[in-house]
Amino acid sequence: MKATRDAYGETLAQLGEQNSNIVVLDADLSGSTKTGVFARKFPERFFNMGIAEANMVGTAAGLAAAGKIPFVSTFAIFAAGRAWEQIRQSVAYPKANVKIVPTHGGITVGEDGGSHQSVEDIAIMRAIPNMTVIVPADAAETRGAITAAAAHNGPFYIRLGRNKVPAIFPDDHDFVLGKGVELAAGTDMTFITTGIMTAQAIQAAALLGEQGISARVVHIATIKPLDQEIILNAARETGAIVTAEEHSVIGGLGSAVAELLAEHHPTHLKRVGIYDRFGTSGKAEELIKYFGLTPADLVEAAQEVLAKKQNG
Amino acid sequence: MEKEKIELLEDKARNLRVSIVKTLHKSQSGHTGGSLSAIDMVTALYFHEMRHDPENPLWEGRDRFVLSKGHAAPAQYVALAEAGYFPKEDLMMLRRLGSHLQGHPDSKGTPGVEVCTGSLGQGLSMANGMALGLRLDNSDSRVYVLLGDGELQEGQVWEAAMAAAHYRLDNLCALVDANALQIDGEVEKVMNVFPISDKFRTFGWNVIEIDGHDMKAIIEALAKAKAAKGKPTVLVATTVKGKGVPRFEHKASYHGVAPNDDELNEALMCLGCFED
Repeated sequence: MKATRDAYGETLAQLGEQNSNIVVLDADLSGSTKTGVFARKFPERFFNMGIAEANMVGTAAGLAAAGKIPFVSTFAIFAAGRAWEQIRQSVAYPKANVKIVPTHGGITVGEDGGSHQSVEDIAIMRAIPNMTVIVPADAAETRGAITAAAAHNGPFYIRLGRNKVPAIFPDDHDFVLGKGVELAAGTDMTFITTGIMTAQAIQAAALLGEQGISARVVHIATIKPLDQEIILNAARETGAIVTAEEHSVIGGLGSAVAELLAEHHPTHLKRVGIYDRFGTSGKAEELIKYFGLTPADLVEAAQEVLAKKQNG
Repeated sequence: MEKEKIELLEDKARNLRVSIVKTLHKSQSGHTGGSLSAIDMVTALYFHEMRHDPENPLWEGRDRFVLSKGHAAPAQYVALAEAGYFPKEDLMMLRRLGSHLQGHPDSKGTPGVEVCTGSLGQGLSMANGMALGLRLDNSDSRVYVLLGDGELQEGQVWEAAMAAAHYRLDNLCALVDANALQIDGEVEKVMNVFPISDKFRTFGWNVIEIDGHDMKAIIEALAKAKAAKGKPTVLVATTVKGKGVPRFEHKASYHGVAPNDDELNEALMCLGCFED
């Protein structure tokens, strides 16, 4: 068990050793986002911008214009939300080589409540041209995604989480940008999931297996650009899809899959996610239940699409 | 500096004013008033102060310029064309489909444009980032950023002003084109930002007040800015919106309006030349 933000802090510090052009900016949350690990190692390349996210993003764009590779971190709601237009204008429009890597995405932020729980960030980042959007599932994949972002020129949004999550990938996992990963073979239906929901889907697939239902699990880390092939294959081969994300069902992975399928291969689909609501205070595990993101909820969603599939 | 050099720069600025009104007349779209108020400072930067190479726009040793008040793009475009970054004929394609000269500066297409601006309030942040990056590289290149006075209403400018002083960016010089007008009228009445100098001083900046149309004063202030150590400098320049063409001067109504045929001819007369 390890939080993706912890993997981020370690990876940044390692990359900082290999590449002196990597610089890091934070908005007074370096202890929480784990950019503090980099800051302690490379204080001259770390810029605490104070509680001023708009300026932080613009400053990062300027650093990129001067040939640096800036990583920008704060909580997801303040990065994507507060600084959305700065990300659009100063980063994405000029294709600046800026990596926006917020932590504390989604409702598992927990006790801080709805003000701090970003359930819209994937949608609003995905809507910006030139932006690559990634939501890793675990520590190993985070390491791969951060390393890939440093190596690829252009704007990235990589959403990380607060809490410890189980390992899904081996430590030496080879992250491939823009490619989904099939984590469980299956023929009756497919879970297409991102971030922490992939671990839930793996459990749900096992529960379905006990009922004699063969569920495929496809993990999508790169939500944009979307791996269309792996999704269309799942639709063609299993004929029933459940998407799941720790995010609003408006505009996130579920929407991206729905858009793709509606145009290319209409398929029975159920989106699991937050249904047009704000978050609320509570323990992370309580909120997972409250918002219907448990393996049992995924099993129920699978049964719903399977029933539709059987009824044609 | 000798009088002759000042006169040459003044002459250059007058020619660039002509170029601005011709360019805007051709496009029939764009921002006349704020381009004319800024052009003396833009001229001083491109043809006197800044180290740059139009043959090699990405030369590492160049000084950087950010037009934070991106709607004054015509002022930057005519200066870049005059310097030789791209053919002057390109100016006649301003704001047209397929042209690299977008309505607001776009670094992806126009040689010599460093970043994308146009959404107000973001240029100083980007200039700060450049200044930090150049300092990390031990470069002696400097960063210049031109803001409008109305633009100072954007909160991000003050986040950036705080950061520039905090990081002691003495390789950064901001210029405020204080023409006292914005789209809806007088800056003072829309949302007062004055006194500008006091605000920057309180934020920890070195402040120099000048007449933004006095070439000698601009040149001297830029030299003082370069000499100032330990803090960023801002030139708070009092200017006249539409400067050089009486019909456009002091008028908010020419903020985002291009000259028609009659206005072009009148402008050319005022600027001492006739349409050919």
